[in-house]
Amino acid sequence: MDRFAELLNRLSTCAERNGKLKLLSSYFREAPDPDRGLALAVLTDNLPVSFPMRRVLADLIPRRADPVLYKLSRDYVGDTAETVALIWKPEPRVRWNDLSLNAILTHFQSAKPKDMADILETALDNLDANGRFALLKFLGGALRVGVSARLAKTALAQAYGVDVGIIEEVWHALTPPYAALFTWLEGAGPKPDAGEAPFYRPVMLAHAIEDNDWQNFAPHEIAAEWKWDGIRVQIASTGTEAKLFSRQGDDISATFPEIIQAFAKTRGVLDGELLVRRDGAIQPFNQLQQRLNRKTVTAKMRAQYPAHVRLYDILYDDKTDVRALTFDARRQRLENWFTREQPAYADLSSLVPVESFEALRALWSTTRHEGIEGLMLKRRASPYLAGRPKGHWFKWKRAPLTMDCVLIYAQRGAGRRASLHSDFTFGCWKGAELVPVGKAYFGFTDAELKQLDKFIRENTVERFGPVRVVKPELVLEVAFDAVNASNRHKSGVAMRFPRIHRIRWDKPAQEADKLETLIGLIDKN
Amino acid sequence: MPPSPSWLHPNPNGLFCEPGGFYIDPARPVSRALITHGHSDHARSGHDAYLATSETVEVMKLRLGPNHNYQSTRYHETHNINGVTVRFIPAGHILGSAQILLEWQGQRIVASGDYKRSLDPTCAPFEPVACDVFITEATFALPVFCHEPADKEVARLIISIAQNPDRNHLLGVYGLGKAQRIIALLRQQGFTHTIWLHGALVELCKLYERLGVKLGDVRPVSEADAKTLKGELVLCPPSATHDRWAAKFGNAITSFASGWMRVRARARQRGAELPLIISDHADWPQLLQTIEDVEAPEIWVTHGREDALVHQLALMGRKARALALIGFEDEAE
Ligand SMILES: [Zn+2]
Repeated sequence: MDRFAELLNRLSTCAERNGKLKLLSSYFREAPDPDRGLALAVLTDNLPVSFPMRRVLADLIPRRADPVLYKLSRDYVGDTAETVALIWKPEPRVRWNDLSLNAILTHFQSAKPKDMADILETALDNLDANGRFALLKFLGGALRVGVSARLAKTALAQAYGVDVGIIEEVWHALTPPYAALFTWLEGAGPKPDAGEAPFYRPVMLAHAIEDNDWQNFAPHEIAAEWKWDGIRVQIASTGTEAKLFSRQGDDISATFPEIIQAFAKTRGVLDGELLVRRDGAIQPFNQLQQRLNRKTVTAKMRAQYPAHVRLYDILYDDKTDVRALTFDARRQRLENWFTREQPAYADLSSLVPVESFEALRALWSTTRHEGIEGLMLKRRASPYLAGRPKGHWFKWKRAPLTMDCVLIYAQRGAGRRASLHSDFTFGCWKGAELVPVGKAYFGFTDAELKQLDKFIRENTVERFGPVRVVKPELVLEVAFDAVNASNRHKSGVAMRFPRIHRIRWDKPAQEADKLETLIGLIDKN
Repeated sequence: MPPSPSWLHPNPNGLFCEPGGFYIDPARPVSRALITHGHSDHARSGHDAYLATSETVEVMKLRLGPNHNYQSTRYHETHNINGVTVRFIPAGHILGSAQILLEWQGQRIVASGDYKRSLDPTCAPFEPVACDVFITEATFALPVFCHEPADKEVARLIISIAQNPDRNHLLGVYGLGKAQRIIALLRQQGFTHTIWLHGALVELCKLYERLGVKLGDVRPVSEADAKTLKGELVLCPPSATHDRWAAKFGNAITSFASGWMRVRARARQRGAELPLIISDHADWPQLLQTIEDVEAPEIWVTHGREDALVHQLALMGRKARALALIGFEDEAE
């Protein structure tokens, strides 16, 4: 457990990708079996057990902590597992000799549900603060240390000097704690049989277009498509089984069963944008958000937020790798593939004509359909290249919209910002009244946060629990991507992804924008 | 239960002793100030007269200027100020830090300033004194704060330095007390290598040396060619680890030594790759232990998490009161 706890401890304060890879690689090389396999399982979201953490902790915490002190602590720390790990005063009545991750898990595996709290109590009594944190995170099934499944596999590949593609290829055939995989990587056994199942290939990413990029191509060399505001996905299917992957290679099939069903009988690997589409119209991103990060999905959710894939590229046409072909050749293949396979819940991303860059710019600046973020420009001659190669794909995003709003409420943040006011509610004028139009948590530097915090402390008019009502004097320039009509908000509008763009210390509050201006920006299809 | 003493109470200037006519660690200029220790939120300039331990007076001469009306005292020396008996008792916080024991008409109040109970080779250890009212800080008064043993954390730093011969370590520390304590702990563990200092720490380290705290080979980093430094340890104020000054040490490992590092979100906020949980303030178990040790039926709680500590004191059957004192930074470390 010590090694795993130390790994987690170091990962939680390591911000750099390379640093994380280094920590993970040396852990995989050096940690004993089967603990390292269990760690790999939790990092790749393949933990076989599901532990009723919420229920067990609800039972356990009152036994060992005063409820008021627990709540104050939880509010400060911002994370339940960490709070319990830190607040816990070990009083071991039973000593466990073997404190490996595997040995600790064994205690839980054979236990009845009603005994879980007792076992967890003994486990926590046997561990130090880092060990308690690691165990709780492990049992919770989500470590939240900024390591995706793909990054864990990349680290494993680096640890043994193999290509991560090979790990992806054999991955589906493996089960935790991955003894066969480690045996093979250490050269002590055969390569696991990949079989037929679908797996992830690294995707091609675009750069934001810059002014001097335009001189490097002519209109006829470029294909343009709308940039849809969904999430990038890859669908890999073998004719008997399909899988849906995020851009990072995380398997999100379980969250979107209708897509899996629609593609199960098709053959190939495709690239596209996952969206919510209802009655033929693409819906705003916040509707897609309702479906993300769920392990299971109800029929109601499916009906309310139907998923849809807008396809724009093909990597494998059946079993043929077409990534080396040009965009134009792949596009032809994609169109043929789509006509042949006809999957439900999918369509093709249409090409926007590029007669001249002037005409394209006019189109780009005037089109404000729901879900369109801007344009994608792709070189017609480019192959499909993994990563973010320079000079091939460009994203051309529309500038965000901005409004001058007035700060009206502030609230302390959680976690790292618990000591400062970092949640801000702002409003626009409706006559002489300020109507709240949104809330922002980020978009400022730590120095600005401190200044804001000072302003709030000095201008508090009233307090309701953690919320402070602030004298309406400070203008915030708020940037946002779109405005939707909303009957959940008093203002009748909801900003999409608002963030504080600038603090206008100089601007009088009376000069902030009017609500009617904001209403005028609502996207109308 | 006897009524709460009213001869010591907070007013807008700070904590005022009425019969004695003096303040303890006042926030605003007053005629007579008793100072527990040299940190800037306790020792402020502008008072007409100061009384503090001789070490604290040395710190004030350096930070506030030499030309104030300073009076020094030894620990345990008895002073009579307008009939109030005053003694300074070691608080274990930093060099020269003191609790101030006040006696008047048979009642004893201890104003402890900042204090800790853990290992610190640079200052005299905290001495519990039985009293009627104990005034305690509450900087780390949440049960999640349980600092690691400082020598264990320093050992982690030594290991990290050994494991990274190609990278420098930039350690952000509070300049008065924390810096010197960590240097002394490193020396105790046999780390004899040069320790480099940011300019802001140089004078305070010299002062500690002059007052008899041996720090070994410490040098201003301005004397070195930053580009040639490799695998070295550089101490600097917390704010310097991420400013332009830090850039010249290349891809350094940023470390930070503070009790706040106990909480991961705070360590991430600081950008500390190697957070060290070392504090000069009492953690939760030490606060509770001290309250037991001083046997005071009544506890007054000053700066920090008063809410949690007052609640806990009620659970322990003590009379507790939060003193709303102004001027103390709740982030101070
Ligand atoms: Zn202090």
